[in-house]
Amino acid sequence: MVTLKDYAPAMATQWCPGCGNFGILTAMRRALVALGLEPHQVLMVSGIGQAGKFPHYLQCHVLNELHGRPVPAAQAAKIANHDLTVIAVSGDGDGYGEGGNHFISAMTRNVDITYMVHNNQVYGLTKGQASPTSDFGFVTKTTPEGAWFPLRALALAVACDCSFVARGFSADTDQLSAIIQKGIEHKGFSLIEVLQPCVSFNRQNTYQWYQKRIYKLEGEPGYEPTNRMAAFAKALEWGERIPIGIVYRNNRPVYEKQLHALKEMPLVKQKLPDPGQFEELLDELL
Amino acid sequence: MAAEINFMAGGEAGQGVQTVGFVLAKTMSRAGLHVFADQDYESRVRGGHNFYRVRASDTRVGAVSEKLDILIAIDQQSVERHHQEVKQDGITIFDQDKLNIEGKKLNSLSIPLEKMAEETTSNKLMTNSVGVGAAIAVGGYDFEILARVLREHFAHLGKEIAEDNVKAARAGHDYVLKQRPKAVRPRVKPAAGIGKTMLLNGNEATALGAMAAGCKFMAAYPMTPASSIMEYIADKGRKFNIVVVQPEDEIAAMNMAVGAGFAGVRSMTATSGDGFALMTEGYGLAGVTETPVVIIIAQRPGPAVGLPTRTEQGELGFAIYGGSGEFPRAVLAPSTVEDAFQVTVRAFNLAENYQLPVVVLTDQHLASSYQTVPKFKLDGVKIDRGQLLTEAESNSAKDYKRHRFTKSGISPRAIPMRGKALVATDSDEHDEAGHMIEDAELRRLMMLKRLKKYESLQGDIARPLLEKKAGADIILVGWGSTYGAIEEAVRLLEKEGTKASRLHLNQVWPFPAKAVASALGSAGKSIVVENNATGQLARLIAAETGIRVSGTVLKFDGRPFSPEYIVRELKKEVV
Repeated sequence: MVTLKDYAPAMATQWCPGCGNFGILTAMRRALVALGLEPHQVLMVSGIGQAGKFPHYLQCHVLNELHGRPVPAAQAAKIANHDLTVIAVSGDGDGYGEGGNHFISAMTRNVDITYMVHNNQVYGLTKGQASPTSDFGFVTKTTPEGAWFPLRALALAVACDCSFVARGFSADTDQLSAIIQKGIEHKGFSLIEVLQPCVSFNRQNTYQWYQKRIYKLEGEPGYEPTNRMAAFAKALEWGERIPIGIVYRNNRPVYEKQLHALKEMPLVKQKLPDPGQFEELLDELL
Repeated sequence: MAAEINFMAGGEAGQGVQTVGFVLAKTMSRAGLHVFADQDYESRVRGGHNFYRVRASDTRVGAVSEKLDILIAIDQQSVERHHQEVKQDGITIFDQDKLNIEGKKLNSLSIPLEKMAEETTSNKLMTNSVGVGAAIAVGGYDFEILARVLREHFAHLGKEIAEDNVKAARAGHDYVLKQRPKAVRPRVKPAAGIGKTMLLNGNEATALGAMAAGCKFMAAYPMTPASSIMEYIADKGRKFNIVVVQPEDEIAAMNMAVGAGFAGVRSMTATSGDGFALMTEGYGLAGVTETPVVIIIAQRPGPAVGLPTRTEQGELGFAIYGGSGEFPRAVLAPSTVEDAFQVTVRAFNLAENYQLPVVVLTDQHLASSYQTVPKFKLDGVKIDRGQLLTEAESNSAKDYKRHRFTKSGISPRAIPMRGKALVATDSDEHDEAGHMIEDAELRRLMMLKRLKKYESLQGDIARPLLEKKAGADIILVGWGSTYGAIEEAVRLLEKEGTKASRLHLNQVWPFPAKAVASALGSAGKSIVVENNATGQLARLIAAETGIRVSGTVLKFDGRPFSPEYIVRELKKEVV
């Protein structure tokens, strides 16, 4: 039986004391244990930024990718071996800025991977510049006149018909762990955005700031995450009230399930061809 | 004395030039001749002017000739631009109702092509087939060979259309025999002992090489002139369980190839120069994470968008030096269609054996030129996946480290979920276990470990081809697709009384410095021939061997070399 011990950090963490990422790490470990997944069944592909370091702080296969590029590699790894549980990890800069094009395409493609975006509304690792999700007017070293309008990534996700869209809060590890479990179990591309206070560079969007605004969608009477228009309204909601929980889900066809080549077994398990089987292709050219 | 026949079909984009050219090339190959055919086309879907040259010979040919025996002029531009390329005893086939040849000195064969198409098949679309039939008659070839090629070529459009094409072609063929019997030339006899040959282009050979080598995953973004590699594998590969993904851009394509390679399947991408510009970040990623991946670059003239449908060898330096930082890679440059198959197979083996990115540099000229080649020997294809852990080894590996220090710099590779070993790697500098580090000494050791792979890779790089002529006091040096043109230029020179040796590289990095230095050291005058403006190979030779070559013959107008062009330029060089 897999236990939390199996997911002990592979190396010492480098995050600041009080970082929101610690809560996400706890929630992830609990989710993986609850799902009974062993470390060798899990591949985490991360980008660059404080979130990019995440996979090094537990036990699993790790492909720590380039800035903004974890999602393409994660999709390909899943296609190459669909027995793997593949989790991609980004921050708001990595996922929504540098990797924006990949983010959009991955949601429409719908490969069965889970994508966690740690959103602290600021660049942490590069020490405090504005991010794609910084609030309007947020003053940083690179935006002395204030940041411009933020990207509402969850609304973009619902618009792309992303098959699972959720938001969690790093200080609520119980709910976050449950969301991660559901995201991993969901068949298709799952986006989980995690609100995660940056204690070093974001003095505006603090734990208290989020605590005051967040509310849980599970408690909303009549809220049905399969209703796309209702989900769109919730995905746009940001200000006095910020919803957390499962915002949207659907049962769109999964990309790799449509591939003929994967019908029998994962690509990686298939025997390499005897080159002689291509004889017929050569004959076509005679 | 070699006998040959040279055709050209010219017309606007959308007028079927490609079909005419391919059918002629196929017919000539079935008639037992060696064929080389190249395509000159514009970056547009309709209009402009495209042409297709087919050279058929009783001896092996690897380049086109500048002179034509038969020109099929579908548009007026074909007459305006190419009538002077037609030999004195050559012939121009055209439709008098359509084109005007007034004032041109040419040996014309006017045929009411469109009218005959309508009369025989009630279909104007068959016009080109009338022209092809006429051309085959002028060449003196058996109509049945053409009829079979047409039936095969149009089979996918249904029997009726295929038969209409045959009917139209027969009308053109019979017209020549009856109305213009004097136009019929003596037939070039089949090449001795040629047997059955395949007719394919460089991209098809590359794609077949990848498939035969066991490539299971390809991600690529369409870009001329590389796209047909992806199209071929997507079409033919499905049956053999090969996955082709077309992602949002080249950045994704490259990172997907790395992701699949990490997960344990042979993977590749294909692009042209500017697409590779987007991939260089991922090129370095493959280098630092030691992930095997094959990147095909079918070059076209740059910089930036350049000339999308034309040819150049401008990415030699880019492939060798591209990417941030320093990491080992191999760069191969197939010289012919046949070589493209062998070199691509080799690329996959090198990538896995040395756990690094391997670039295969082709160009538009090689990618889209058709050549007759003996059927590839598939039993000669050897797949060598290098140091891979078995499931049992992975299960019993205590404390597995993906980047373990070894004597060769190559660390045994575990595959995720083949056994229980955890595989970790990082684009950050990392330790043996694949976790990020800051330590100065560990960084130094990790750089040395990766670069150490060059030591054994160097010995695994094929020696360049050296064709030494006794008494030659000049050596021509080339790389990649210029092989055929240089080979023939050497023959032309010899006919004119100048003996020349030849050195040709199809694996350019790691640079075979010893072999090149020894070949050039005793050769007298050395001239590098390459399809670029700055002499990239000449400069590479200087950098790697200290030898400054005597001169260069460069071409950077987006068009391939002809043997005649090389000879003319060499004469200027000698003067």
